[in-house]
Amino acid sequence: MSGKTLAEKVWESHLVAKGENGEPDLLYIDLHLVHEVTSPQAFDGLRMAGRPVRRPDLTIATEDHNTPTLEIHKPIAEPTSRIQIETLRKNAAEFGIRLHSLGDVEQGIVHVVGPQLGLTMPGITVVCGDSHTSTHGAFGALAMGIGTSEVEHVLATQTLPLKPFKTMAITVEGELKPGVTAKDIILAVIAKIGTGGGQGYVLEYRGSAIRSLSMDGRMTICNMSIEAGARAGMVAPDETTYAYLNGRPHAPTGADWDAAVAHWETLKTDDDAVFDAEVFLDANELEPFVTWGTNPGQGVSLSQTVPDPTTIIDANERAAAERALEYMDLPAGTPMKEIAVDAVFMGSCTNSRLDDLRAFASIIKGQKKADGVRVMVVPGSARVRLEAEAEGLHQIIEEFGAEWRFAGCSMCLGMNPDQLAPGERCASTSNRNFEGRQGKGGRTHLVSPLVAAATAIRGTLSSPADLIAMGIEVDPAYTGIEGVSA
Amino acid sequence: MEKITQVTGVAVPFRRSNVDTDQIIPAVYLKRVTKTGYDDGLFSSWRQDPDFILNQPAYQNPRILIAGSDFGTGSSREHAVWALRDFGFRAVISPKFADIFRGNAGKQGLLTGVVDEETVERLWQALEAEPGMEATVDLVARTVTVGNVTVEFEIDDYTRWRLLEGLDDIGLTLRDEQAITDFEGRREAWRPTTLPAR
Repeated sequence: MSGKTLAEKVWESHLVAKGENGEPDLLYIDLHLVHEVTSPQAFDGLRMAGRPVRRPDLTIATEDHNTPTLEIHKPIAEPTSRIQIETLRKNAAEFGIRLHSLGDVEQGIVHVVGPQLGLTMPGITVVCGDSHTSTHGAFGALAMGIGTSEVEHVLATQTLPLKPFKTMAITVEGELKPGVTAKDIILAVIAKIGTGGGQGYVLEYRGSAIRSLSMDGRMTICNMSIEAGARAGMVAPDETTYAYLNGRPHAPTGADWDAAVAHWETLKTDDDAVFDAEVFLDANELEPFVTWGTNPGQGVSLSQTVPDPTTIIDANERAAAERALEYMDLPAGTPMKEIAVDAVFMGSCTNSRLDDLRAFASIIKGQKKADGVRVMVVPGSARVRLEAEAEGLHQIIEEFGAEWRFAGCSMCLGMNPDQLAPGERCASTSNRNFEGRQGKGGRTHLVSPLVAAATAIRGTLSSPADLIAMGIEVDPAYTGIEGVSA
Repeated sequence: MEKITQVTGVAVPFRRSNVDTDQIIPAVYLKRVTKTGYDDGLFSSWRQDPDFILNQPAYQNPRILIAGSDFGTGSSREHAVWALRDFGFRAVISPKFADIFRGNAGKQGLLTGVVDEETVERLWQALEAEPGMEATVDLVARTVTVGNVTVEFEIDDYTRWRLLEGLDDIGLTLRDEQAITDFEGRREAWRPTTLPAR
């Protein structure tokens, strides 16, 4: 019998009941994350059936999708947003669930809060009524987004019936060039396998380029697994994972820590395990990657041009590209670096952790933003905001002319007032460039924090290396160019 | 979920086919935060018409809907089932249901029975002969009775069993409660807990 993959090991260690005759397996859920948008009907369903929450001690809630990022002490103006937040507060109190509300130091995007509290750890199952739950796979957890009926099911039973999955290895070997980040890796992966390429699979990211990433970088990669259609994305735990976790509020301690590490060490995919599919990427060849279209798979290297749809052979893809370019108002052949933006959004569960803010700040330090470009920086959680301020990042951001906001999902999906105006073009560190996602008629280019920073300075899509020609000194770590000054 | 063996009550001869879920409940009602209270959204645009069948005095407090073919097509919204249920319906009979709607109905305790086109016409004629008369849907016998007309309907064994036992998805899982409790007993101490907050 061949060995097992990381995903299979975590799955099997959570089997409550094995499904027979094609029925799904019943899996135990270690951690259930809750937010205000997908939970109200689930709680109402419990109430109707007279059921309690089985394990409030494995459940945690935060407010993120609807929360304002300015004047957070004021009542929320938009009625639907306000009602959703108020409903979550009422439900959390009634069912005994821990909630981090707006203004609380642990409030923030649900996928930033779980890891920062040390709740997300290797070898566990994590679910949340949010597709970007895949983020938590960076720790070697099996983490999946679920629907509202499933939220109710997990609240009531702490289990979920799940159909088996296939496994896909995504191996990224080599060393990233300066200025190339985790975001560029995942955008390149999605462009390669397509937005449906991961359907039915749990992806495992492997190889030296993945191993060399920080936890924040690994979270960026796993976060966007869902944009390739995957059920989940995972990275096997290692010393980087343990170092991140050790000492966090809910990380195990003492003998529990030793037992945990001993278990986590067994999780790695066996050498003789067989994946259902394999994809390889050469890290040495990667460049900063940006999207030109209206799905995350429509991306190219920043040094390239907007593709010509007439050269696309597949008729469906060709039509999709034509529609995308019409919506994005981009002629084929336009160099990506000549595309001017109206706004830069630095935030979202993809790129709003401290590493991301540091990278962004290191580029813009001492600079001024391009005229007419609105730059919004939204930390992933109130704690990230505090940590950034302790390092003085907020001063760098404000002196640059950018807005330093409070934590939340913000302009990633514009459920709060942070939206693009019709026709506005945005370089965004978020995860979805869908039509109208950041505001009706808004146009989104997905980028890394480094590209977002350089773009905010030049006003057109740019990498840090492009700043050198403007006479701006940039840390060689981000350009690979030593001692250049104009 | 309530166990269903028999539904008796006012039956509505609903002479419409291709009733999609946007007609059953329009999208504007989907912004709510509750799982109940959708009765005002049921067929809300058709109910603007005073002559619409559910506005007629004979058909107040109905329990059974006898509809045309292709009932519940379109959007997957579970709200369509909630709206029918909140309005008081416990059973819908049609020659054909959309798959997603029928799946949702079975999970939420709304009985859906299939009869052929000729049979539905017979049921309609019997009901229209005496508007507001009661009918009985017998899940044990798989029959619908209107006056002296009794016909059989189809429902798959699994859904029928779930309705008879009153098992929703959660109820089904809770049959394995002992296995869940056993699993919890084996759960290692290092695994995360959110309470007490640290």
